[in-house]
Amino acid sequence: MNAFLRAAWLDITESLRARWFMFYSMVFGGIVVLLFVFGLTESRILGFTGLSRLLVTYIQLCVAILPIFVLITTVRSLAGDRDAGIFEYMLSLPVGLAAWYWGKMIGRFTVVFLPVFLAMAGAAAYSEYREIGVPWDLFAVYTALLVSLAWSFLGFGMLISTLARSPDVAQTGAFLLWLLLLMFLDLVLLGVMVREQMPLEVVVAIAVANPLQSFRTAAILLFDPQMVVLGPAAYVILDTLGREGYLALALAWPLTVGTLSAALGYRLFRRGDLP
Amino acid sequence: MMTFTPPPAFEPRIVFENVSKTFRRNRVLDGISLEILKGERIALVGSNGAGKTTLIRCLLGEYTYDGTVSVGGLDPRANRSVVLARVGFVPQIPPPLKMPVGELVSFAASVCHSDPKEMVRVIEELGLDFGRIRRLPFVKLSGGMKQKTLIGIALGRPSDILIMDEPAANLDPEARHIFFHQLAERKDDSVMVITSHRLDEVAALVNRVVEMDMGRVVLDDRVADSVDMTSRMSCDLKLVRADEAFARTIGEWGFEGAGTRWSGMVNGPDRLRFMCMLSRYTGLIAGLEMVEGKEVAPCAPEI
Repeated sequence: MNAFLRAAWLDITESLRARWFMFYSMVFGGIVVLLFVFGLTESRILGFTGLSRLLVTYIQLCVAILPIFVLITTVRSLAGDRDAGIFEYMLSLPVGLAAWYWGKMIGRFTVVFLPVFLAMAGAAAYSEYREIGVPWDLFAVYTALLVSLAWSFLGFGMLISTLARSPDVAQTGAFLLWLLLLMFLDLVLLGVMVREQMPLEVVVAIAVANPLQSFRTAAILLFDPQMVVLGPAAYVILDTLGREGYLALALAWPLTVGTLSAALGYRLFRRGDLP
Repeated sequence: MMTFTPPPAFEPRIVFENVSKTFRRNRVLDGISLEILKGERIALVGSNGAGKTTLIRCLLGEYTYDGTVSVGGLDPRANRSVVLARVGFVPQIPPPLKMPVGELVSFAASVCHSDPKEMVRVIEELGLDFGRIRRLPFVKLSGGMKQKTLIGIALGRPSDILIMDEPAANLDPEARHIFFHQLAERKDDSVMVITSHRLDEVAALVNRVVEMDMGRVVLDDRVADSVDMTSRMSCDLKLVRADEAFARTIGEWGFEGAGTRWSGMVNGPDRLRFMCMLSRYTGLIAGLEMVEGKEVAPCAPEI
């Protein structure tokens, strides 16, 4: 097994033993269980019923909690590892820095994505068993969107972990970033900016750049592409790009921005002090 | 059967040329120039904040710096994998890894292209039952057990350079003796850098002392290389009167006796530490005889 896979496997096994992972898995598993318990598969809203309704609700909850979970767990454990001297020892072994950094990122992606996906897959399996019917096209789109969202915030987390010299600073930075992206969702500050007649290009550019916004809009445009739910900026972008175009943007942009952030993090990591 | 191709050996020569390191405005290393050749065993001593750990991290390619560091003719930062494949490192503070000991050994052996059995052999020689601890989380081991595991990993793989930060600090007497044996086997073919706050801890293990203060080398001196690192000294002590505190302390060194008469064995490399300990009880000592021998007996307590 090469150093990259070793580093990835090391991060996976260390994460599986960590308390945060247990809590993280329980939260997403618990959400699905609660949605079943509260009968969301049987209710009908905006024409959606069965598992589609549950998936739509689940994905809305993911917008709120997945990014902050990914950010905080990533920066806490990576900056914490450095602070505790784990980097000092592990990087005294002949492991290439690229193998270590990217191996850690892939390992971390596996552990943050799998519980979210498995909770959704578990719901699909249960629906098949109960013959409720599974909307596989929606399932596939949501899986892809979750990959994209998790990867982008993981990229931010890797960058913040590299920049911050202590777990506290890293955690504060991660929280502020999440808050900033949350505030610039279409119906929050962007709405205010539209009302205050800020230049449309600026508002649209902010909306396009915010991966949280892309994810949210892509998740709901499948069932309700109306301005009152989407928000004005997303409505304009959707009008310009069309449904497929927006979906492609919502999948590709977070992946791109996450990769760029992680790459910048790697560049700084390689050039700076390691422990 | 798996085969392990050890990384290519190189001339274990370390050169620091005008190396400086600044954290924000704090200059931690200030123009360090040092040359360390094969067969040299260096005690890197100095108080907290003297720059020892920073110097070691520069040597391991973990820090950026101004100046030049060369290990076997290679820049450790630009040639990490090649250089570190031949460098064994024991940190002062063991990393709080949650992984089982077996997994740590397996990971280290894999990235070092070494045989994990060799690491396990050294770990067991140091007195650990590997079969019992291999499934335990590394972080749950006692300080001494962690130290033995890390020493086993460092010494159980082919290396030309050994860098050890207070390596024997948590070892029990028997493990110290075996550790000294392990170092003695390598003393002529490799370079050793052993850091410590106190020279008496490591003086007998080394043949050169480098003292650092405020990021500078303030002393670079040779040490008479006459002590056999594997030797033991038989010691008889006579006191002017019995003393409870002394009895407790000498008991920790594995000495036997009572009242005013005590006898036991002291590791050759530990004799300076032993004398330092005795110096605290100078008023009590009526007589002392130390004779070099090779008998097997307890030797020195944990620090």
